[in-house]
Amino acid sequence: MNGRKSSGGRGKAAAGQQGKDGQRRPMFRRRKVCKFCSDKIDDINYKDVKLLMPFVPERAKILPRRISGTCALHQRKLRTALMRARQLALIPYTAE
Amino acid sequence: MNRKYELVYVVSPEATDEQVAELHTQVESIVQRLNGTLEKSENWGRRKLAYEIGRHKEGTYVLEVILGGGELMKEIDRRLKVSDLIIRHLIVRVDEEQGVVERTRARRTETSRRRRVARGLPADRQPGEGQRGEPDDDRDDRFDMGVEDIR
Repeated sequence: MNGRKSSGGRGKAAAGQQGKDGQRRPMFRRRKVCKFCSDKIDDINYKDVKLLMPFVPERAKILPRRISGTCALHQRKLRTALMRARQLALIPYTAE
Repeated sequence: MNRKYELVYVVSPEATDEQVAELHTQVESIVQRLNGTLEKSENWGRRKLAYEIGRHKEGTYVLEVILGGGELMKEIDRRLKVSDLIIRHLIVRVDEEQGVVERTRARRTETSRRRRVARGLPADRQPGEGQRGEPDDDRDDRFDMGVEDIR
Protein backbone atom coordinates (compact mmCIF):
# COMPACT_ATOMS: atom_id res chain seq x y z
CA MET A 1 0.00 0.00 0.00
CA ASN A 2 2.72 2.43 0.85
CA GLY A 3 5.31 0.92 -1.38
CA ARG A 4 4.30 2.72 -4.50
CA LYS A 5 7.55 4.58 -4.83
CA SER A 6 9.88 1.69 -4.26
CA SER A 7 8.06 -0.94 -6.27
CA GLY A 8 6.66 -0.72 -9.75
CA GLY A 9 9.37 -0.89 -12.36
CA ARG A 10 7.55 1.35 -14.78
CA GLY A 11 10.15 4.03 -15.27
CA LYS A 12 13.05 2.25 -16.80
CA ALA A 13 15.95 3.06 -14.55
CA ALA A 14 19.55 2.55 -15.42
CA ALA A 15 19.82 -1.07 -16.31
CA GLY A 16 22.63 -3.50 -16.12
CA GLN A 17 26.27 -3.17 -15.29
CA GLN A 18 28.50 -0.25 -16.04
CA GLY A 19 30.76 -0.96 -18.99
CA LYS A 20 34.29 -1.08 -17.63
CA ASP A 21 36.16 0.14 -20.64
CA GLY A 22 33.71 2.89 -21.35
CA GLN A 23 32.29 1.59 -24.58
CA ARG A 24 28.54 1.00 -24.90
CA ARG A 25 27.59 2.51 -21.62
CA PRO A 26 24.01 1.64 -20.77
CA MET A 27 21.75 4.58 -21.35
CA PHE A 28 20.90 6.24 -18.09
CA ARG A 29 17.37 7.41 -17.87
CA ARG A 30 16.11 9.10 -14.78
CA ARG A 31 13.32 7.19 -13.24
CA LYS A 32 10.02 8.96 -13.62
CA VAL A 33 7.93 9.46 -10.55
CA CYS A 34 4.38 10.56 -10.19
CA LYS A 35 4.33 14.27 -9.43
CA PHE A 36 1.22 13.96 -7.31
CA CYS A 37 2.60 11.11 -5.23
CA SER A 38 5.93 12.78 -4.59
CA ASP A 39 4.47 16.22 -3.88
CA LYS A 40 1.68 14.65 -1.85
CA ILE A 41 -1.04 16.46 -3.72
CA ASP A 42 -4.29 14.76 -2.77
CA ASP A 43 -6.90 16.73 -4.56
CA ILE A 44 -6.37 17.39 -8.22
CA ASN A 45 -8.72 20.28 -8.63
CA TYR A 46 -10.11 21.53 -11.91
CA LYS A 47 -9.87 25.12 -10.70
CA ASP A 48 -6.14 24.86 -10.19
CA VAL A 49 -4.91 25.85 -13.62
CA LYS A 50 -1.34 26.29 -12.45
CA LEU A 51 -1.18 22.65 -11.43
CA LEU A 52 -2.84 21.35 -14.57
CA MET A 53 -0.99 23.33 -17.21
CA PRO A 54 2.18 21.17 -17.23
CA PHE A 55 0.01 18.25 -18.30
CA VAL A 56 -1.36 20.08 -21.30
CA PRO A 57 1.27 20.19 -24.02
CA GLU A 58 1.32 22.43 -27.07
CA ARG A 59 -1.38 20.61 -28.97
CA ALA A 60 -3.61 20.77 -25.87
CA LYS A 61 -3.92 17.01 -25.62
CA ILE A 62 -3.66 15.37 -22.23
CA LEU A 63 -0.10 14.27 -21.58
CA PRO A 64 0.04 10.46 -21.52
CA ARG A 65 1.19 8.55 -18.50
CA ARG A 66 4.17 7.03 -20.25
CA ILE A 67 5.63 10.49 -20.73
CA SER A 68 4.64 12.26 -17.53
CA GLY A 69 5.20 9.24 -15.27
CA THR A 70 2.01 9.90 -13.37
CA CYS A 71 0.65 6.86 -11.56
CA ALA A 72 -2.61 5.31 -12.71
CA LEU A 73 -4.66 6.60 -9.82
CA HIS A 74 -3.54 10.16 -10.24
CA GLN A 75 -3.76 10.06 -14.02
CA ARG A 76 -7.44 9.19 -13.67
CA LYS A 77 -8.02 12.05 -11.29
CA LEU A 78 -6.00 14.36 -13.48
CA ARG A 79 -8.07 13.41 -16.48
CA THR A 80 -11.37 14.32 -14.82
CA ALA A 81 -9.89 17.57 -13.59
CA LEU A 82 -8.61 18.46 -17.03
CA MET A 83 -11.91 17.66 -18.65
CA ARG A 84 -13.80 19.80 -16.19
CA ALA A 85 -11.38 22.66 -16.70
CA ARG A 86 -11.88 22.30 -20.44
CA GLN A 87 -15.61 22.71 -20.08
CA LEU A 88 -15.10 25.99 -18.32
CA ALA A 89 -12.63 27.21 -20.93
CA LEU A 90 -9.84 27.32 -18.38
CA ILE A 91 -7.70 25.13 -20.61
CA PRO A 92 -8.14 24.53 -24.33
CA TYR A 93 -9.55 21.51 -26.11
CA THR A 94 -7.33 22.05 -29.12
CA ALA A 95 -4.64 24.39 -30.22
CA GLU A 96 -5.84 26.62 -33.00
CA MET B 1 -29.78 15.12 2.63
CA ASN B 2 -27.01 17.59 2.62
CA ARG B 3 -24.66 17.52 -0.27
CA LYS B 4 -22.01 19.95 -1.23
CA TYR B 5 -21.83 21.30 -4.72
CA GLU B 6 -19.54 23.64 -6.51
CA LEU B 7 -20.98 25.84 -9.15
CA VAL B 8 -18.82 27.83 -11.50
CA TYR B 9 -20.39 30.02 -14.11
CA VAL B 10 -18.94 32.23 -16.75
CA VAL B 11 -20.73 35.48 -17.34
CA SER B 12 -20.53 37.24 -20.66
CA PRO B 13 -17.94 40.03 -20.76
CA GLU B 14 -20.60 42.51 -21.85
CA ALA B 15 -22.36 42.18 -18.52
CA THR B 16 -21.85 45.04 -16.11
CA ASP B 17 -20.76 44.53 -12.53
CA GLU B 18 -24.33 45.12 -11.40
CA GLN B 19 -25.61 42.38 -13.66
CA VAL B 20 -23.01 39.97 -12.28
CA ALA B 21 -24.07 40.91 -8.77
CA GLU B 22 -27.69 40.44 -9.73
CA LEU B 23 -27.00 36.93 -11.02
CA HIS B 24 -25.35 36.16 -7.72
CA THR B 25 -28.39 37.34 -5.77
CA GLN B 26 -30.62 35.30 -8.06
CA VAL B 27 -28.62 32.18 -7.28
CA GLU B 28 -28.68 33.06 -3.61
CA SER B 29 -32.45 33.46 -3.58
CA ILE B 30 -33.00 30.09 -5.25
CA VAL B 31 -30.70 28.50 -2.72
CA GLN B 32 -32.60 30.05 0.15
CA ARG B 33 -35.98 29.22 -1.33
CA LEU B 34 -35.13 25.53 -1.57
CA ASN B 35 -33.60 25.25 1.90
CA GLY B 36 -29.96 25.25 0.92
CA THR B 37 -27.08 27.26 2.25
CA LEU B 38 -24.53 29.24 0.34
CA GLU B 39 -21.22 28.37 1.89
CA LYS B 40 -18.83 30.40 -0.15
CA SER B 41 -18.92 32.78 -3.04
CA GLU B 42 -15.94 33.91 -4.98
CA ASN B 43 -15.55 36.17 -7.95
CA TRP B 44 -12.48 35.38 -9.97
CA GLY B 45 -12.94 38.43 -12.09
CA ARG B 46 -12.45 38.68 -15.78
CA ARG B 47 -10.35 36.00 -17.40
CA LYS B 48 -9.43 35.18 -20.92
CA LEU B 49 -11.16 32.08 -22.19
CA ALA B 50 -9.01 29.24 -23.49
CA TYR B 51 -11.18 29.07 -26.57
CA GLU B 52 -13.91 31.21 -28.00
CA ILE B 53 -17.42 30.50 -26.81
CA GLY B 54 -19.82 31.97 -29.29
CA ARG B 55 -17.95 35.11 -30.15
CA HIS B 56 -16.70 35.78 -26.67
CA LYS B 57 -13.02 35.72 -25.84
CA GLU B 58 -13.28 36.73 -22.20
CA GLY B 59 -15.59 36.02 -19.34
CA THR B 60 -16.22 36.76 -15.70
CA TYR B 61 -15.88 33.67 -13.56
CA VAL B 62 -17.92 33.24 -10.40
CA LEU B 63 -17.63 30.31 -8.01
CA GLU B 64 -20.34 29.39 -5.52
CA VAL B 65 -20.16 26.58 -3.00
CA ILE B 66 -23.63 25.40 -2.12
CA LEU B 67 -24.94 22.97 0.46
CA GLY B 68 -28.21 21.45 -0.57
CA GLY B 69 -30.08 18.70 -2.31
CA GLY B 70 -30.22 17.54 -5.90
CA GLU B 71 -33.53 19.25 -6.60
CA LEU B 72 -32.01 22.59 -5.74
CA MET B 73 -29.14 22.08 -8.12
CA LYS B 74 -31.51 20.95 -10.83
CA GLU B 75 -33.41 24.18 -10.48
CA ILE B 76 -30.23 26.26 -10.55
CA ASP B 77 -29.01 24.36 -13.58
CA ARG B 78 -32.27 25.04 -15.36
CA ARG B 79 -32.15 28.72 -14.56
CA LEU B 80 -28.56 29.10 -15.65
CA LYS B 81 -29.26 27.36 -18.94
CA VAL B 82 -32.02 29.84 -19.70
CA SER B 83 -29.99 32.91 -18.87
CA ASP B 84 -28.49 34.73 -21.82
CA LEU B 85 -25.74 36.36 -19.85
CA ILE B 86 -24.22 33.08 -18.74
CA ILE B 87 -22.10 31.57 -21.44
CA ARG B 88 -20.95 28.47 -19.57
CA HIS B 89 -21.55 26.83 -16.24
CA LEU B 90 -20.47 23.71 -14.41
CA ILE B 91 -21.92 22.03 -11.34
CA VAL B 92 -19.81 19.44 -9.52
CA ARG B 93 -20.68 17.50 -6.42
CA VAL B 94 -17.67 17.70 -4.14
CA ASP B 95 -18.55 16.33 -0.69
CA GLU B 96 -17.57 12.73 -1.42
CA GLU B 97 -14.27 13.60 -3.03
CA GLN B 98 -13.43 15.96 -0.22
CA GLY B 99 -14.04 13.20 2.28
CA VAL B 100 -11.64 10.93 0.44
CA VAL B 101 -9.00 13.65 0.30
CA GLU B 102 -9.32 14.34 4.01
CA ARG B 103 -9.07 10.67 4.89
CA THR B 104 -5.94 10.10 2.79
CA ARG B 105 -4.37 13.20 4.24
CA ALA B 106 -5.14 12.16 7.78
CA ARG B 107 -3.83 8.67 7.14
CA ARG B 108 -0.61 10.02 5.69
CA THR B 109 0.14 12.37 8.57
CA GLU B 110 -0.68 9.59 10.97
CA THR B 111 1.75 7.12 9.36
CA SER B 112 4.46 9.72 9.03
CA ARG B 113 4.13 10.62 12.70
CA ARG B 114 4.27 7.00 13.71
CA ARG B 115 7.36 6.38 11.63
CA ARG B 116 9.08 9.47 12.91
CA VAL B 117 8.44 8.41 16.47
CA ALA B 118 9.77 4.95 15.66
CA ARG B 119 12.94 6.55 14.36
CA GLY B 120 13.28 8.52 17.57
CA LEU B 121 12.36 11.85 16.07
CA PRO B 122 9.74 14.28 17.29
CA ALA B 123 6.36 13.54 15.73
CA ASP B 124 6.10 16.76 13.82
CA ARG B 125 8.48 18.12 11.29
CA GLN B 126 10.86 20.72 12.65
CA PRO B 127 11.45 23.96 10.78
CA GLY B 128 14.45 23.79 8.52
CA GLU B 129 14.19 20.04 8.19
CA GLY B 130 13.81 18.18 4.95
CA GLN B 131 15.12 18.89 1.51
CA ARG B 132 16.11 22.33 0.51
CA GLY B 133 13.68 24.23 -1.65
CA GLU B 134 10.73 22.32 -0.36
CA PRO B 135 7.76 24.61 -0.19
CA ASP B 136 5.98 25.11 3.09
CA ASP B 137 2.38 24.09 3.26
CA ASP B 138 1.06 27.46 4.28
CA ARG B 139 2.37 29.07 1.14
CA ASP B 140 -0.46 27.86 -0.98
CA ASP B 141 -0.81 30.08 -4.00
CA ARG B 142 -2.36 27.48 -6.23
CA PHE B 143 -5.59 29.34 -6.66
CA ASP B 144 -4.07 32.73 -7.26
CA MET B 145 -4.69 33.26 -10.87
CA GLY B 146 -3.08 36.25 -12.42
CA VAL B 147 -3.33 37.50 -15.95
CA GLU B 148 0.08 36.06 -16.78
CA ASP B 149 -1.14 32.50 -16.22
CA ILE B 150 -3.78 32.72 -18.84
CA ARG B 151 -2.53 31.37 -22.07
